[in-house]
Amino acid sequence: MNAPAYNFAYLDEQTKRMIRRAILKAIAIPGYQVPFASREMPMPYGWGTGGVQVTASILGPNDVLKVIDQGSDDTTNAVSIRKFFQRTAGVATTTHTRDATVIQTRHRIPEQALAEGQVLVFQVPIPEPLRFLEPRETETRRMHALADYSLMHLKLYEDIARHGRISTSYAYPVKVQGRYVMDPSPTPKFDNPKMNDCAALQLFGAGREKRIYAIPPYTAVVSLDFEDHPFERYRHDARCELCGADDSYLDEVITDDRGGRMFVCSDTDYCEARRATADKPHAVPQGYPA
Amino acid sequence: MYVAVKGGEQAIENAHLLLASERRGDPAIPELSLAQISEQLTLAVDRVMTEGSIYDRELAALAIRQARGDLIEAIFLLRAFRATLPRFGASEPVDTGAMAIRRRISATFKDLPGGQILGPTFDYTHRLIEPDAADAAPQVPAVVDAVEEPMPRVTDLLAADNLIERSPARDFDAPVGDLTREPLSFPAERDVRLQNLARGDEGFLLALGYSTQRGFGRTHPFAGEIRLGEVEVEFVAEDAGFAVPLGRITVTECQMINQFAGSATEPPRFTRGYGLTFGHCERKAMAMALVDRSLRARELGEDVKAPAQDEEFVLSHSDNVQATGFVEHLKLPHYVDFQAELGLVRKLRSDFERGASPDALAEAAE
Amino acid sequence: MIEAGFENPVTEAQSTFRSIMDATARPGSPFSIAGVAGAPSSLYPSTAAIALTLLDHDAPLWIDDPADEVLNWVRFHTSAPVVTLAADAAFAIVTRPQSLPPLGSFNPGTLDYPDVSTTVIVQVETLTGGAPLTLAGPGIKGRQTLAPAPIPSGLTQQLDANRALFPRGIDLLFVSAGEVAALPRSVRVVEGG
Repeated sequence: MNAPAYNFAYLDEQTKRMIRRAILKAIAIPGYQVPFASREMPMPYGWGTGGVQVTASILGPNDVLKVIDQGSDDTTNAVSIRKFFQRTAGVATTTHTRDATVIQTRHRIPEQALAEGQVLVFQVPIPEPLRFLEPRETETRRMHALADYSLMHLKLYEDIARHGRISTSYAYPVKVQGRYVMDPSPTPKFDNPKMNDCAALQLFGAGREKRIYAIPPYTAVVSLDFEDHPFERYRHDARCELCGADDSYLDEVITDDRGGRMFVCSDTDYCEARRATADKPHAVPQGYPA
Repeated sequence: MYVAVKGGEQAIENAHLLLASERRGDPAIPELSLAQISEQLTLAVDRVMTEGSIYDRELAALAIRQARGDLIEAIFLLRAFRATLPRFGASEPVDTGAMAIRRRISATFKDLPGGQILGPTFDYTHRLIEPDAADAAPQVPAVVDAVEEPMPRVTDLLAADNLIERSPARDFDAPVGDLTREPLSFPAERDVRLQNLARGDEGFLLALGYSTQRGFGRTHPFAGEIRLGEVEVEFVAEDAGFAVPLGRITVTECQMINQFAGSATEPPRFTRGYGLTFGHCERKAMAMALVDRSLRARELGEDVKAPAQDEEFVLSHSDNVQATGFVEHLKLPHYVDFQAELGLVRKLRSDFERGASPDALAEAAE
Repeated sequence: MIEAGFENPVTEAQSTFRSIMDATARPGSPFSIAGVAGAPSSLYPSTAAIALTLLDHDAPLWIDDPADEVLNWVRFHTSAPVVTLAADAAFAIVTRPQSLPPLGSFNPGTLDYPDVSTTVIVQVETLTGGAPLTLAGPGIKGRQTLAPAPIPSGLTQQLDANRALFPRGIDLLFVSAGEVAALPRSVRVVEGG
């Protein structure tokens, strides 16, 4: 038996070249899903293999990597992916959004506004925004080619007719620079406005579905809506119980089996930074249980 | 030689000898013990028990060894044995809320009463082949004791707020469906569907569950909770009149929380999909929960369009012992039928060459 | 004898790629390229580094200087097939920018697969000393100026026509001796040329 040896950042150089070429095309055609020959990765499909391949292809020894899952650096999958790159690339890692050069994320965009020179890498399960309206790739590819998004508008309109509102709360579709309708990955729609005119480069990797797409910096990203039913952000109507933030996306935490619950920032770095700079680090705002 | 007009018996006998010899492999290598299989190929044993529908680790280990590691063959062995066992009745429903928990995770809440317990899982391992790992003595893990206090199920927490449909109330008078005693009929009730799925092939259910995630009958699933641990099995013997404990078994339970359904008369609320397996069969439990929810399309007034929603399609093809039997039966001789077909094709061809019309050919084919 | 390529292939390819990626993400802005020793005489060390970073046997190359020295170097170091028809190329290297072939002779991709298109790498003497082109579009905050020279006359009209094909189109990389700037198909020339 031959003991396997692995390259810097796991992927071999030929694979990286292939992915790098796809990334360049993705940036040149904002919002278009570039097919790529996704590899088997040492973690299961659906656990970030697309994001990991993108990160592995751009990462260099001078990068500082941050990995979040659900906004948090300490969720198990974030820890696992961070360790993977520590082990295979030896890169420096951080939990501070502002110190990172590359941020790999699942389901969130950090609260702290991103800066020029940063790259945000999204893990994407289903890259095709039309997939749940039309399961066949041949059909959806044609729709993108013709910029025929009537099916999506019809779906959103039916939502309004049935529920009185657009009933999509995450993976809320966007239009990129007036051309491609794009799936933002399953981020809560609260994060959609952060994609618009963002200073950082946003890359999206879908491993199982073998697609890479991108939003260059300072690109118009518009959440689909109707004039009489404009897009609305959503967050729980509460403050973070740890830092008091009233502008961050909140996780609901169940505290007992008698209906007790509290809300805390989903972005742990944002929450910790706020607590570190607050006068009373663990101050609990009035009206919330201690 | 495969074709032998006479001497088939001798051929079969020799094939069996060859098989036994191949199964054993090089006699210079020590034979696998049942304890080794049960202790070190635990997940294979768990799968064979689940789909074989018998909770018996030693028997499953034996079947795996005899089947040369072919798990469907091992499941087949267990099923065949199970068919010979007397049926005393149905146990009381196991109370997974009172489980002694070794693993419990929820993807829907960051934290919840009882906490997230990662337990023994491949989930966050890096799939790097480590040739030395097999020999090294494992480090002692930090916590090995199961949590014995009852831990509320996530679905119960949501049910308290009426945000999810209730578990169906138990009907003590209703008979417990059993498709090993009553042949499957359609439409099938949920108890029989769940039994079918629990015995169903992991790969088949996995593919069906996956198809729903890709848009063929989407159900917007969240893994509300997955728990692994030990539960008590009790049995009410008619003559005793009270529940007698039979022992503890390991089970994996998955409760999927799915897209809300609402109507003019009912406010929107989340719905459920359920999966339960013997041992630690997490992939199976999750796939089962996805497919269970899909098969409730009819009950919840959803359009039945996708394969995973089609009860007849799913339940009729989930059983790998049935499936492997029928697929592999094509190896059996079909000389008689084939000869008949051969004759027909020859006749059609000669008609064709004489210039008969396609319609006439179609008629001849019927 | 064929000179060595990257001294450290993994890290040099990575840093070169990051410059190309940053350039593509911020059209018009120059990013530095370290370059590679021993490049053929008609290629800048920076152009050669880009070739080593992006080319392999899955990326057919068209080059306007098919001299043996160049072809042997490309084949030895990248295994890229060298094609004679510009429209067959995934990448094109143009060493004589004044004679840049019409963009229409390269592959702009299809509406179904706009990514199957040619990226044209144009060697120029300067990225900042020519007549300024004012650019707008994705990747650009407000306006960005790029002033490559020399360039063929009428390039602006060609770029307008290229932009009109979007999402089909040609992506351009302008390379000077030490820097790269990109002009992807998504960008509009709003002034100049």
